[in-house]
Amino acid sequence: MIRIIDLHKSFGTNRVLQGVNLDIERGETMVVIGRSGSGKSVLIKHLIGLIKPDRGEIFVDGVEITQLDEHEIHKVTKKFGMLFQGSALFDSLTVAQNVSFGLERYTDYSSKEIEAKVKESLEKVGLMGVENVMPYELSGGMKKRVGLARAIAYKPEIILYDEPSTGIDPIRADGINDLINITKKELKVTSVVITHDMVSSYKVADRIAMLFGGKIIEIGTPDEIKATSNPVVQQFIHGRAEGPIEHCY
Amino acid sequence: MFHRAKSSVFILFFQQLGDLSLLSFKSFRNIFRRPWEKKIFLQQLEEVGVRSLPVVTLTAAFGGLVYGLQTYVAFHRYVGPGSEAYGGAVISLGLAKELIPILVGLMVAGRVGSSMAAEIGTMKITEQVDALFTLGADPIRYLVVPRMLACFIMLPCLTLLGDFIGMLGGYFYNVVAMGVNRTIYVKNTLLYLELWDILSGVIKAAFFGLIIALIGCWQGLTAKGGAEGVGRATTRAAVLSSISILIVNFFLSKLLPASLG
Repeated sequence: MIRIIDLHKSFGTNRVLQGVNLDIERGETMVVIGRSGSGKSVLIKHLIGLIKPDRGEIFVDGVEITQLDEHEIHKVTKKFGMLFQGSALFDSLTVAQNVSFGLERYTDYSSKEIEAKVKESLEKVGLMGVENVMPYELSGGMKKRVGLARAIAYKPEIILYDEPSTGIDPIRADGINDLINITKKELKVTSVVITHDMVSSYKVADRIAMLFGGKIIEIGTPDEIKATSNPVVQQFIHGRAEGPIEHCY
Repeated sequence: MFHRAKSSVFILFFQQLGDLSLLSFKSFRNIFRRPWEKKIFLQQLEEVGVRSLPVVTLTAAFGGLVYGLQTYVAFHRYVGPGSEAYGGAVISLGLAKELIPILVGLMVAGRVGSSMAAEIGTMKITEQVDALFTLGADPIRYLVVPRMLACFIMLPCLTLLGDFIGMLGGYFYNVVAMGVNRTIYVKNTLLYLELWDILSGVIKAAFFGLIIALIGCWQGLTAKGGAEGVGRATTRAAVLSSISILIVNFFLSKLLPASLG
């Protein structure tokens, strides 16, 4: 479904991606792990056209997306829903207006149908009666849920999750993990999750890929990743300060 | 060392000028593309126009009063006592062509331009601009175009209102406060003030509107580095648009004909 070939991206002298290759199959949940600042978010933003690569290709359902212009790219972004790290809810809009935002642009539903879809999406993430609430009145976990409701409202085929468990307590984080699994099961979506939280990774992943030094250095099922002999991956998944990955305080 | 620093400032200047030009080009191109964000446009008309009324009214009133005062003093001192009533045309011309468009431009730049930079800058650093894109809305069409059009339309309207209030201020100081001859004052004003004098100020204001919106949105869209970055973008938006207004005003004054007659 998604094929990334030899992706390179630099910001000034900082070479963030140095030849990423990755295949993501339809219907699977691919978790990309890596240290903070390793380029995980940069990678995910390439998939949806938010960042253009310096070199390399990205195919989504056989369509090469890195060369599409601003007009054509929205035909591809329609296939994607994205849950942002900080939820990125629009401050000036109510919860219902946030959730209906994509529906109004990507579908031809009437306003009554949109209203019903908004309610349905919010119910799917376990929220009811918050349609007229403003985002600043919500807790971090609720914001994530509204962000997810907004991402799934127009029934995308692929959902991108940028650090879904960051910034919320472990219990709420586990609730979000459950939602990722439920969304996958019910909507039959392909999911790409960016995280450095191994508990979350093991719970939601079909496969895990580790991004290090601008490249994917290991890929496999959670059991394969746990059993790998790669010292870099072992150090990361066990969260050890000592090892081949240099640490800084 | 000094040479290298100078050349990097030069490069940065042209790089930023290029960014702003590109944003302007994309914004103008997007005016004609659907869907039009009518709701945002109406909100911006209110934000730029209606909510600027108090500050514009106050500024224009005191601008008119002080301009009336100085003109009175000048006529009294250099032409002679009794000639002050002939200052009406001078006051109206100066207000309509220069003072009011500039005052309105500077006031709106401080009030609206900086608020645009703060709002869009916050959206940028909290990934709301990225979210717009993923949800099928072009950030330029959604954020920049409605603000640009609202400023383009409302600055001339505010200037017309400012002209009226300012002239009233000049009249009040001279005729009501200082007792100059009302008939001569009004007759002279109507005799020498042409429609073009008012129109040229209005045209300038439309340009100032574009400058305020484009610089405010550009600073917001390029904000980075958290709250500090948004603060910097806000200050820069106000300073850059105010300076640009003063510079562009000079060239427009030079380019626009003094009279159509």
